[in-house]
Amino acid sequence: MSDTAGRALVAGHADFAAGMISAVQQITGQGAVLIPIQVRDLCSDDIQQMLYQAMMTTGTRVIFTDLQAGSCTMAARRVLREIGEGVLVAGTNLPMLLDFALSTNANAVEAAASAAERGRGAVTVHTASPA
Amino acid sequence: MTLVLNRIDDRLIHGQVVVGWGQPLDVKSIVLVDDAVASSDWEQDLYRMGVPPEMEVRFHSAADGAPLLDGYRTEARPGILLTGDIATMRALVVHGGVRDVNVGGIHHRAGRTQHLRYVFLTAAEEAALAELVTLGAVVTAQDVPATRAVPLAELVAARLSA
Repeated sequence: MSDTAGRALVAGHADFAAGMISAVQQITGQGAVLIPIQVRDLCSDDIQQMLYQAMMTTGTRVIFTDLQAGSCTMAARRVLREIGEGVLVAGTNLPMLLDFALSTNANAVEAAASAAERGRGAVTVHTASPA
Repeated sequence: MTLVLNRIDDRLIHGQVVVGWGQPLDVKSIVLVDDAVASSDWEQDLYRMGVPPEMEVRFHSAADGAPLLDGYRTEARPGILLTGDIATMRALVVHGGVRDVNVGGIHHRAGRTQHLRYVFLTAAEEAALAELVTLGAVVTAQDVPATRAVPLAELVAARLSA
């Protein structure tokens, strides 16, 4: 296990977190950097409690969520407000998590901000044209 | 706006509402009726952050929102009416002319029994939903458009083991 194990939570609908972390593990071997929070049919209060407990237990102050309008994002914002520190990145994609997992920046919050920029820039559109 | 969905969902604005219903129904506005959210600027900012820029969100308390619904129904843009609990929707049925109620998400809490994957109810909440029918509303449960609308009688009769 990496010495940076559990640097951030990944929270999202259904199996989003497990799937993303599985991909990070396969590509980098650093999946342990990320802690999955899987949400399926929970109320907002329960999601908030899950995130809060995970942050208190692990000490991480970084949360990646799947959807800007998602209930995980809403709950995460409430938790960060309650704790008074940390960073939330919503709209997570795989390039973003790969950058974070491989970051050598000792400051996880800064690493998350950098990863968010990498993820934003990794979205491309290729339109096929007739051969 | 035309109110194309009157939804009870304890998560209020979230992915199923904005994307799951919002995109296929081309929703341009959400009317969020909730006393706590209506009194909190921070909560309103939180929910505004969750919708695309072209989607308007209007916040009202139950008392303030009910008289406005007739006006909202005359607007051209499709909109979703959203409450976080049955009691608030009841107020909108009685005072706001709501006639179709979608139970979109009432999740686990102590004392509730699971009826569907996304609906847990106490006996009092079952009775409250039944009362909406006596008040003239059609009540069905449906989390996203791709699933079947479950009539209230079937919803109440269903029991899922934990």
